[in-house]
Amino acid sequence: MNRISTLFKSTQEPILNIYATAGYPNFGDTMLVLNALQEGGVDIIEIGMPYSDPVADGETIQQSNQVSLDQGMTVTHLFDQLKNMRQSISVPVLLMGYINPVLQFGVERFCQKCQEVGVDGLILPDLPLAEYQLSYQSIFEQYGLLNIFLITPQTSDERIKQIDAVSEGFIYMVSSASTTGAKTGISSDQEAYFKRIDNMNLKNPRLVGFGISDRESFIKASNGASGAIIGSAFVKLLGNAKNLREEIVGFVKSIKGLK
Amino acid sequence: MIDAGISFHVSEKGYYGDFGGAFIPEMLYPNVEELRLHYLEYMMEPSFQKEFHFLLKDFVGRPTPLFKAERLSAKYNTQIYLKREDLCHTGAHKVNNTIGQILMAKRLGKHKIVAETGAGQHGVATATVCALMGMECIIYMGAIDIDRQAPNVARMKMLGASVVAAQSGSKTLKDATNEAMRHWINHPVDTHYIIGSVVGPHPYPDMVAKFQSVISEEIKWQLQEKEGRDYPDYILACVGGGSNAAGAFYHYLDEPRTALIAAEAAGQGISTGHSAATTFLGKPGVLHGSKSLLMQTEDGQVIEPYSISAGLDYPGIGPLHAHLATSGRAKFFDITDDEALDAALECSMLEGIIPALETAHALAVFGKLGAKPDEISVVNLSGRGDKDLATYQEKLKLNQ
Repeated sequence: MNRISTLFKSTQEPILNIYATAGYPNFGDTMLVLNALQEGGVDIIEIGMPYSDPVADGETIQQSNQVSLDQGMTVTHLFDQLKNMRQSISVPVLLMGYINPVLQFGVERFCQKCQEVGVDGLILPDLPLAEYQLSYQSIFEQYGLLNIFLITPQTSDERIKQIDAVSEGFIYMVSSASTTGAKTGISSDQEAYFKRIDNMNLKNPRLVGFGISDRESFIKASNGASGAIIGSAFVKLLGNAKNLREEIVGFVKSIKGLK
Repeated sequence: MIDAGISFHVSEKGYYGDFGGAFIPEMLYPNVEELRLHYLEYMMEPSFQKEFHFLLKDFVGRPTPLFKAERLSAKYNTQIYLKREDLCHTGAHKVNNTIGQILMAKRLGKHKIVAETGAGQHGVATATVCALMGMECIIYMGAIDIDRQAPNVARMKMLGASVVAAQSGSKTLKDATNEAMRHWINHPVDTHYIIGSVVGPHPYPDMVAKFQSVISEEIKWQLQEKEGRDYPDYILACVGGGSNAAGAFYHYLDEPRTALIAAEAAGQGISTGHSAATTFLGKPGVLHGSKSLLMQTEDGQVIEPYSISAGLDYPGIGPLHAHLATSGRAKFFDITDDEALDAALECSMLEGIIPALETAHALAVFGKLGAKPDEISVVNLSGRGDKDLATYQEKLKLNQ
């Protein structure tokens, strides 16, 4: 079974997924960040592949993408950095990014590389369900990669059911209509939305993303789902950190409520 | 010239050959899907058609003339007509689309509008229809374009629009489009996004082409009146994203007797690294919601394009045009900054019409086309040059 599905089956505690832009803050920091996240107790790591035009992302992640690209990060370099990842990293790893760099690398070659280095799944926000089914699903499946879909408060029940049927692993539940990092905190409206989805009895568990930045919002979001995803708040920490490893470990522990 | 069996119209899945589709984040899916399900039905409603054509006539000033350019014809020893889209209200063809889309927004129940703009023509055309309909209007414009197109920024503000500077990336049209899409993601319920060209996710390329197709609809009967036949031998238009070309080509896509000629901005030249000629320099890729030809690095990062003309300064091209280029249905010419400037000056001196810098790229093709004396060409004169006077003053040394 895929590492992600195993995790959701074996864990009762809220699951914490943290996003980190590859090659950020410095080109060579990718593995250092991954190891520190795991040391702090993160459950899933989402590695952002930088892109010149990340339309679903707010300012914080855009800037980290640009810095990483300016430092020379490419898909090829990233796979090189992740070559021996599975010697130290045992938690599930997702790659998040936009479809165009994947197309240029070659979809099949990309999936093959993912399998080689031990990546478990992909989050590609500009690859919607219809295009996925039309041209990508069979290749992703051939290499054992899960494709994680997003739903939002505006997604209809009918479409949520379609997405649930095609999904494996988990569904990424966007907390509000926004780009990443645009809003912080979880309102009572959003909690009601999480409950509404919870009551649909979907086959896939959900993680809540967008607007989660600290232990309080993590716990609130986890009440209506299996856990939550932190992106912009962590990327801000990466941008400002003086002692990278120590601060990452401290951040993860504070979210998980560990000493 | 046209292979039997090749379609130049959008498929049910939103594709033109290999290009098109709807590559959008889930946050935009409900809006784009609602539009996809209803755009044809709404456009065909008699009440929509009546209002659209009333506004095109009495507000925009259509039909625009088809003018025989005698002195240009003599110069190139061929028959040249100019389709005078520069005489549209607001000074360019862009308003044909914004009129259509503001009526669409009303039927979709949206009361706020967001749009991107490069040269500012689409921004002005959007701000204009928002003022007309009393809708709130936010225009994203690259910070660099705000500097080089100051008169259009002032016009948008006078029309009541908020103009927001896009500060990311190259600070031009591509980044303004990113920011407009992000704005839409953050305001999906009450806002309609008026895309200004035949780009974006399906059904935008088809919808915008259909609104602009009034251009070739008029050319057909105007040419019939003047020449006794409703098709020219050549139709010429400049292509950035490609909306004026899509409108001028539309009713001739399946007409084998008409050659479709597109002029792209080569900037300083296609091999200089300072260019925006996508069909020459691009590879298939995905940007702003559709698969098309795209100027990009080997790693799939989008390249910042360059052209003297802010309206052609875009790294992609509409999926219809990518299909026309790769199938060979349209012939594409690369026109440099200098060639466009010369053509602008020539049209001004010979015909008394100062064209937009974008349009000047299409006029420059006559030096390379090799049209015969009795052949008929129609150039889509997509916009007027008032907005480019500062550039003309500097580059053509008009102050000396």
